[in-house]
Amino acid sequence: MTAPIETTGVAREAHPEAIADAAGARIEGRSLGQIAWARFRRDRVAMAGGVVIIFMVLVAIFAPLITDVIGGGPTEYHDDLLDPVLNIPTGSFGGASWDHPLGLEPVNGRDIFSRICYGARISMLVAFLATLLSVVLGVVLGTVAGYFGGWVDGLISRAMDVFLAFPLLLFAIAIGSSLQGEAFGLHGDTLRITVLIFVIGFFSWPYIARIVRGQTLSLREREFVEAARSLGATDRHIIFKELLPNLVGPILVYSTLLIPTNILFEAALSYLGVGVQEPTASWGGMLSAATPRYQDAPMFMVVPGVTIFITVLAFNLLGDGLRDALDPRSR
Amino acid sequence: MIFYLLRRLAGAVVLLLIVTMAVFAIFFLIPRLGGATSDQLAARYVGKSPTPAAIEQVKHSLGLDKSVPVQYGRFVKGIVAGKDYDTGVRKVHCAPPCLGFSFRNNLEVWPRLQDRIPVTLSLAAGAAVIWLLAGVSIGVISALKRGSLWDRFSMGFALAGVSLPPFFTGLVALALFSYQWPIFKGVHYVPFLDNPASWAWNLVLPWLTLAFLYAALYARLTRAGMLETMSEDYIRTARAKGLRERDVIVKHGLRAALTPILTIFGMDVGLLLGGAILTEQVYSLNGVGKFAVEAIGQQDLPEVLGVTMIAAIFVILANLVVDLLYAVVDPRVRT
Repeated sequence: MTAPIETTGVAREAHPEAIADAAGARIEGRSLGQIAWARFRRDRVAMAGGVVIIFMVLVAIFAPLITDVIGGGPTEYHDDLLDPVLNIPTGSFGGASWDHPLGLEPVNGRDIFSRICYGARISMLVAFLATLLSVVLGVVLGTVAGYFGGWVDGLISRAMDVFLAFPLLLFAIAIGSSLQGEAFGLHGDTLRITVLIFVIGFFSWPYIARIVRGQTLSLREREFVEAARSLGATDRHIIFKELLPNLVGPILVYSTLLIPTNILFEAALSYLGVGVQEPTASWGGMLSAATPRYQDAPMFMVVPGVTIFITVLAFNLLGDGLRDALDPRSR
Repeated sequence: MIFYLLRRLAGAVVLLLIVTMAVFAIFFLIPRLGGATSDQLAARYVGKSPTPAAIEQVKHSLGLDKSVPVQYGRFVKGIVAGKDYDTGVRKVHCAPPCLGFSFRNNLEVWPRLQDRIPVTLSLAAGAAVIWLLAGVSIGVISALKRGSLWDRFSMGFALAGVSLPPFFTGLVALALFSYQWPIFKGVHYVPFLDNPASWAWNLVLPWLTLAFLYAALYARLTRAGMLETMSEDYIRTARAKGLRERDVIVKHGLRAALTPILTIFGMDVGLLLGGAILTEQVYSLNGVGKFAVEAIGQQDLPEVLGVTMIAAIFVILANLVVDLLYAVVDPRVRT
C-alpha cells in the first residue's frame, strides 16, 4: 500500500513554486490542487507508478522508432533463429539476445520486444479513449441524475443498475462478434479498435456515474449552492461553476482507477479473439497465442503477462496515490 | 417482506425483458445500423457456404425481411413458444426454451448448452465460496491490525491480485503446478456425481485462479468498510456497555460492513461469468464460457446468442438470490 502521509509534515513543507508565483507575497494561501500535489509528491509509490505510466505511453507513441533500433518490425519473421525441429527459439530465455532482448515467438519467430511495443499502442489507445468515453457519459449522466433528481434520477439510476447487472464480457464478446467484416464504413483493425473502445466505454460509464451522482446529491444541499441559487444563478451556472469544480478530484481519481480495468478488459477481449486480429500485435493476443505453448516456450507467455501486470499495477498505484492526496480521509 | 419479494420479482421480470431487447439489438439492430443487409445478416446464420435458398429460408424464419418490432416479437416468441427450423434436409422442431438452432452444427443450441452448465456452475460456485471467505477474512484482519506487517503484506498482495489478468495467473499456475511440479496433472472436468474427490481435485487450480482476482478485490473493500464501521459511535457504545470484543467485531462491526460487500457480490456475479470464460479458456474446461469462445471462433451466431441469453438469465436469477440474502442481513430493506 501507499506510504502513510504525515499531515503535519505537509503543512510545514515549503512550496517554492507557489511562493515564486505569488510575486513577492511571503504568506500565500495554497489552493487545494497545490496541497494535493505537495502530498502526492511525497508519495514515492504513486510517483513510481506515474513514471512507469509515462514510460509506457512513450513506448506506445514511439514504438516504430524504438523497434527500428532494437528488435525490428513486429511482423518480421526470423525463422532462421528457431530450432528447425521443435520450432522454438534456440538459446536460453526464449532466444533472448542483444538483437532480440525479450526473445522470439515460437513457430513464427517474430520479435517479442517489438510486438510488446506495438501492443502497447493498442492497449493504451483503447484504454484511454474508452475511459474518456465512459467519463464523459458518466459525468454528464451522473450530474444530471444527482442535480435534477425526480424521475430523471430514477430513470438514470435504473439504467445504471441494468448495466451493472449485465455480464459485461459476454455482451462485449457478442457485440464484437456480431460486427464482423465491415460495419459503419469501417473494416479490419480500425473497425475492431473502434468497437473495442465503444463497447468498453459504453459498459463502464455507470461506475463513474454512480460516484458523480452521489457526490452531486450531497453537494447540491450545501450552503454555497444554496447561496448561488438565492442570488439567482441558473442551473447551468450552478452545475458548471459550483458543482463540477468540486467534482474534479473524485472524477480524476476514479478515471485513473478505471484505466487499468479497461486495459485488463481490452486484454481479455483480445485474448478471447474479439480484439485486433493477427498479424497486428496486442498483449492479450500474444498471451492467447502463448497459451498452448506454455510448456516449451514459457518466455512467450511471461513477457506479455508481466507487461500487463506492471502497467495495470502502475495505474492502480497512481490512482490510489491520487485518492490519498486529494482526500486525506480515505487512508 | 412479501411486498419486498414481489417487488424484486417484478424487477427481475422487467430486467429479463430489457435483456432480451439488448440481445436482440446486439445481434440484429446494431449490425443493421452498421450497414449489413438482411441477406448478409441471414448468411451469418447459415452454414459455411450458404446457398441462396438457405439464406432466403433463414431470412424468412428469423423474419429479417419484416419490420423491427415484428422481428423482436418473433425473437421472443421463439424463445418462449419454440420454433420450427428447416435445414433443407430435415425439419426440426426446437422445443421451448428455444435458444436457437445452430445451422453450422445442425443442432439445437439449448441441449448442447445444458451439458456445459454444470461445469461453469461448479467453477463459479467453488470460486465464490473461496473468494468470499478468503477476501472477507483477510480484509477484517487487516482492518483490525491496521498498519501491521500482516496488513501491509496482504494489502500489497491484494493490489497485485487486482492487477493480474486471470488468464495469466491461470497460465502461470498451470506451468508451475501442473507441468513443473505435477501436483495437479492434466486438469479436466470430472462430474461431481462420478467422483466427488476427483471433481474437487481437478477444480482446485481453476477455483484458485478465479478466486484470486476477486479475493483481492474483496479484501480491499472489506478492509475499507471495516475501518469505517469500527470508527462509528455505536461501536464505542457497544464497547462501553461491556460487550466482549469478539461480539463487538462480529455482531456490530462486521455485520454492518458486510452489507455493501453483499451488494457488490450481487453485481460481481454478473462479472463472474466473464472471469469464468477466461478461466475455462486457460484450463480448457468445457463450460459455458468455452462454448461461447468456440462459437465465436466458428462464427456461429445462434450459439453466441444462446449463451448470451443464458448468461443474462443466470445473472438475473443470481441477483434475485442476493436480494433475498440482503433482506436477511439488513433488516432495513424489508419494507
